[in-house]
Amino acid sequence: MDRRSALLWMENVSKSFPGVQALEAVSLYVNAGEVLGLIGQNGAGKSTLMKILSGVYTIDSGEIYYNGESLHIHDPHHAQELGISIIYQELNLMPNLSVMENIFIGREPGPPFVVSRSRLEQQTRAILDRMHMNLHPTALVRSLSVAEQQMVEIAKAISRDVRVLIMDEPTSALSETEVETLFELIGELKRSGVAIIFISHRLEEVLHICDRVTVLRDGKNAGDVMVTDVTREDLIRMMVGRSLDQFFHRDEHLDIEQTTADIVLEVRNISRRGTVINPDAVVLDNVSFTLRRGEILGLAGLVGAGRTELVRAIFGADRRNSGQILIEGKEADIRSPSDAIRLGIGLVPEDRKGQGLILGLAVRINMTLAHLDSLTRVGFVQLGAEQRLVNEYIERFEIRTPGMEQRVINLSGGNQQKVVIAKWLMLGPKILIMDEPTRGIDVGAKSEIYELMHQLATNGISIIMISSEFPELIAMCDRILCLAEGRMTGEVSRHEATLETLMHYCTLRKQVVSNVEGELSL
Amino acid sequence: MTAKQAAKPSTFTSSFDWHAYASQLGALGVLIVICVIFALIEPAFLSSRNLFNVLRQVSIYGLLALGMTFVILTGGIDLSVGSLLALSGLVAAAVYKGGTGLLSAGTAGQAEGFGLPAAIGAAIAVGLIGGLLQGTAVSRLKVPPFIVTLGGLTAFRGAALLFSGGQPISTFTDEYKFWGQGMIGPVPVPVIIFLSFAVLAFIVLRYTRYGRRVYAVGGNPEAARLSGLNVQNITLSVYVITGFFAGLSGFLLSSRLNSAEQVAGVGYELTVIAGVVIGGTSLFGGEGGIFGTVIGILLIGVLSNGLTLMNVSPYYQQILVGLIIVFAVYLDQLIKRRRR
Repeated sequence: MDRRSALLWMENVSKSFPGVQALEAVSLYVNAGEVLGLIGQNGAGKSTLMKILSGVYTIDSGEIYYNGESLHIHDPHHAQELGISIIYQELNLMPNLSVMENIFIGREPGPPFVVSRSRLEQQTRAILDRMHMNLHPTALVRSLSVAEQQMVEIAKAISRDVRVLIMDEPTSALSETEVETLFELIGELKRSGVAIIFISHRLEEVLHICDRVTVLRDGKNAGDVMVTDVTREDLIRMMVGRSLDQFFHRDEHLDIEQTTADIVLEVRNISRRGTVINPDAVVLDNVSFTLRRGEILGLAGLVGAGRTELVRAIFGADRRNSGQILIEGKEADIRSPSDAIRLGIGLVPEDRKGQGLILGLAVRINMTLAHLDSLTRVGFVQLGAEQRLVNEYIERFEIRTPGMEQRVINLSGGNQQKVVIAKWLMLGPKILIMDEPTRGIDVGAKSEIYELMHQLATNGISIIMISSEFPELIAMCDRILCLAEGRMTGEVSRHEATLETLMHYCTLRKQVVSNVEGELSL
Repeated sequence: MTAKQAAKPSTFTSSFDWHAYASQLGALGVLIVICVIFALIEPAFLSSRNLFNVLRQVSIYGLLALGMTFVILTGGIDLSVGSLLALSGLVAAAVYKGGTGLLSAGTAGQAEGFGLPAAIGAAIAVGLIGGLLQGTAVSRLKVPPFIVTLGGLTAFRGAALLFSGGQPISTFTDEYKFWGQGMIGPVPVPVIIFLSFAVLAFIVLRYTRYGRRVYAVGGNPEAARLSGLNVQNITLSVYVITGFFAGLSGFLLSSRLNSAEQVAGVGYELTVIAGVVIGGTSLFGGEGGIFGTVIGILLIGVLSNGLTLMNVSPYYQQILVGLIIVFAVYLDQLIKRRRR
């Protein structure tokens, strides 16, 4: 295949952020009238690549050829002018405007300051008819289903003479029939010569709709194959690679088969429905599991699998529709984080800056925030005792900060994370939930956090660890639960855990879940 | 090991939190500069009589600003303080004179009243109830504070009109007037009240668990909630605090003017918010404090006093205060951008 004839060709593109090499010499091309699948684990570089194409990020090095010409994409507006459109998972529509107003927003036909509704409707109808979209131009967007709103996004791209259409997880919120409709639409676009980049975790769909697949792993190319040449298992193997040895290894593990360690936490049938976008979406579907004393339990899953939602429901941060939580055998009525904290649960949230810390306040104040009651006498915080305690934790965790009065915003990611962990350990928790504890943290700090987790587990604290990095889970956990689309699709012990088994369970969809046993021959 | 050694020596030495004061110190600098300029142009400015005069003039604003600091620290706002002040003042006057304003405003004999403690208590009670209602609407019903207190601004003023029947309640005994007009030594009584509460509010915000939580809620409500704080109750409480100060100020103003009027305190909320913001408290919450608020309010008082001494028209003064608000916030943003 001559890449020079490709409509879009990125060659050796690199992009780094402070502390992270997001993309390293990645190449990718797509031809007119071709559907390219782009797959990879969380953090493999898909979104960075997408944001480069849409002009949000600029590249550090490498070349982008478009129509055979080398160019730079300056900003999102420029990308649109070039005919590159992106449909994000979170749709970008104005809910209170009509379909036609959304499609032509900012480019309404007619003289300035005058909107001719009839012309607007006519032009919108032309696009909708051409694409066989069953939508009414004057319907309000907020009255449409997610699938219909997605159509509006596609129509908007078409109205801008799209030549490259990038779709990020377009099927994640759709029902099966809606997926079929979308695929027909993609076929239609393909016939009219649009190049499509289809990003998805659903490998069956990728194999079904795409012509070719580009696989990314750890910000590098991990494969470029025609779908006719590969199986689902091949794709999984390319996505996960083999890089276990670089990770911290726990020498002592809790041997689950032989252990009689007490069950600290039991979760029974937790369910939750409804997201902001879609009130009927199944977020969690009858999830049950147990956690033993001193165990590190992993939660594996791809984006949208419901891992964060599950732990937030246990912690009382989100409402749940049904389900029971038992702590040390007793039913616990957890309705708010403060209930959970009282019962000895701590949560290190996924979004450290948005949810874990108060960035503008000092290390000291952040660290003792959940522990204030014990440091308070007649309403006054005992500053001396507080300083001693904070100092002790700064030393114990080797937190690198000029002082305890430093605002946490000025600390590195790893040290910020240690502040969050210290906040919970001060309380002497029984259960520590850690959601992506090493995300955005440099390698050195990562291994310190692994070491710390290992110590905590040895001291009898039970840890639930969420991570998108499977090798990390395999290295750290005694047991790993796999979630997909809000369901538990598998439980894997430390001995059985391989990248392939985890990826297998994490990509299992509902129809397949019922006959798991038959599929296990990876 | 090296990290341990690096962390150890500095943790105790930097126990004074410069960051917390950074934006507040800016206002202090401006205040000093302005005072020096006024003192050079108009020596009468520096006389102790004039300085106490300035303090007395700002003491009502100042009290309201103390409460407003709590609200703004949580990322909220209270536009209703001026109206609540008027209503509280009328209630205090009516209770003191006997008979409610609704029934016998300004006509009841002084002998029929319920006494001074009851009057002060009633004014404060009105303020607390007003604050409780608004705080409930903000924290439980999740109506934005701007809207809730904009409603309060109108509704409390209406209640004041209804209560007074449009008539002021005037002429009190010396006992009543003492609180707004009296002096202890060379110091006006309202100044003593203001400074006492300022010290109290400073201590609460700086050294108590409650104060810590107010900053946490304003700094990041979600992180505060996930750390087990009852964000709803803390949010509710700050509106009760502004209500308290509005009630107390309502009584003091009626005492100082020897008259409780339904038009008292019109527009005070803007001056008060201006003072708090000039003092470096961030409208987004989580940053600032009482020290800056006192400076900010003094800045406004000094400016208006000095310009009056120099015979500058009050119209110009308003323009100047407006410009200073914008400039102070711009300065604050500039400092923050540098810091990142």
